Amino acid sequence: MGVGMHPWGKWGRPFLEYGVAAARAALRDADIAWTDVQYVVGADTIRNGYPGFVAGASYAQALGWTGARIASCYAACASGAQALDIARTRILAGLCDVALVVGADSTPKGFFKPVGGDRPDDPDWLRFRLLGAANPAYFGLYARRRMALYGSTPDDFAAVKVKNARAGSLNPMARYRKPVTAEEVLASPMVADPLRLMDICATSDGGAAVVLASESYARRRGARDLVFLSAVSTVTPTFPNTVLELPNFATDSSAAVPAPERPFRAAIAYAAYEEAGVGPKDLSLAEVYDLSTALELDWMEDIGLCPPGEADKLLRSGETGLGGRVPINPSGGLASFGEAIPAQAIAQLCELTTQLRGRAGPRQVPSPRTALAANQGLFGHGSALITTR
Amino acid sequence: MTHAIEGWFAVDADGVFLLGTRCAACGTVCFPPRRGFCPNPRCEGEDLKLTRLPRRGRVWSYTNACYPPPAPFVAAQPYEPVTLAAVELDGAGIVVLGQVAGLTVDQLDVGMELELTSGPLADGPLVWMWRRAS
Repeated sequence: MGVGMHPWGKWGRPFLEYGVAAARAALRDADIAWTDVQYVVGADTIRNGYPGFVAGASYAQALGWTGARIASCYAACASGAQALDIARTRILAGLCDVALVVGADSTPKGFFKPVGGDRPDDPDWLRFRLLGAANPAYFGLYARRRMALYGSTPDDFAAVKVKNARAGSLNPMARYRKPVTAEEVLASPMVADPLRLMDICATSDGGAAVVLASESYARRRGARDLVFLSAVSTVTPTFPNTVLELPNFATDSSAAVPAPERPFRAAIAYAAYEEAGVGPKDLSLAEVYDLSTALELDWMEDIGLCPPGEADKLLRSGETGLGGRVPINPSGGLASFGEAIPAQAIAQLCELTTQLRGRAGPRQVPSPRTALAANQGLFGHGSALITTR
Repeated sequence: MTHAIEGWFAVDADGVFLLGTRCAACGTVCFPPRRGFCPNPRCEGEDLKLTRLPRRGRVWSYTNACYPPPAPFVAAQPYEPVTLAAVELDGAGIVVLGQVAGLTVDQLDVGMELELTSGPLADGPLVWMWRRAS
């Protein structure tokens, strides 16, 4: 029924402020009052102790206690998607009519770090301690693998950034609003070979919120411009997961059981297609997690836009840029927003909704009908959302 | 010498070995070693035998850390980029990530053969590492 965001940047204020601003914007957009909301779900930030770990209650308290039902959920970068999944499922079960889903974060400077303390039983802590493997190391591994398998080049990666920066320059919610050239990307400092600073998404402050409702409730309230959340797939990998994944030290072994036909990232998208009863050919646009430029190319293949190894060609043909057949990350993507972990999957839904309602202004995709967003978090969390008109 | 983590690798006269587990029922190999039950969803095995994993494998992919990684990593002073390789162990169908000793990213290729060694973290304790296969 409604979407709202707080502009992304590095504002240095508490995450609650961004979340509340986004929630209020979503409520205004839906034309309902906070006191109408029956169920509130917060996507959790990582902050030691209260209130980061119990974001649902934090937002409810900040907006004013109303006695609404509540949930908080943590799934790393997929937190927002799982928060949406919880709210949608509860609505579909008939347990409530209208829910507010909120995610926001304020990030420290530099690489994401594990939760503090001396915790040698935590793989996320251990990967830093033993290997120095921050998140970009994993993105670098995927990128280098892609180069070896498919012949992708740093120029291809830079072309993704150029495309997304152009889209982001047209989005008032984006943190980076300046178009960039391939030369600038290729001249930026190397971070995790072969990825450079401008290939990797920054850490940001930001917030996003949506109001979800049953169709009958929305119609009763006279809501127009409805967008349907037709699928939320939240799947785990199928054993053996043979792609090294954050924050693991090793893959599963395929010695006893062969690798599944569909790798994890592709399974995320296909479960959503199946639930919504659509396929890749139906997409008018998609938002995918471009944690790195190279990863966007992987996602294009994983969501079925082209066979493995052909994303570079599709990108170069202009089909995935604004004005192309199926724009990818028309919001500007994480390249233009940066990561505000609990907010980003919700922000993807905000973009899908804005596009399907035809309200995206200069970055509007012409007459979209069906759109997909895909995300992935630590430890085998991943979701895809499909929205339709 | 102190190991940065106990029970994940061993160093003796035969060389450096990663310690994994092998399910007695289905043969599934795990690293790091696992307790409890087999991760294969169609296997009910609970007898996970500690095993030395193959010492060699081929590079699945590689990268480096051009900026010093954050704590709890302890970076050397002056900082030299840490090189990382994900190596597919011979015959075990498993890819294991580790630091690379003595090679930079310019000297690595996907598919290249590496073998296990060990080396110290900047503050002393030993960790498993990959090096050029002898």
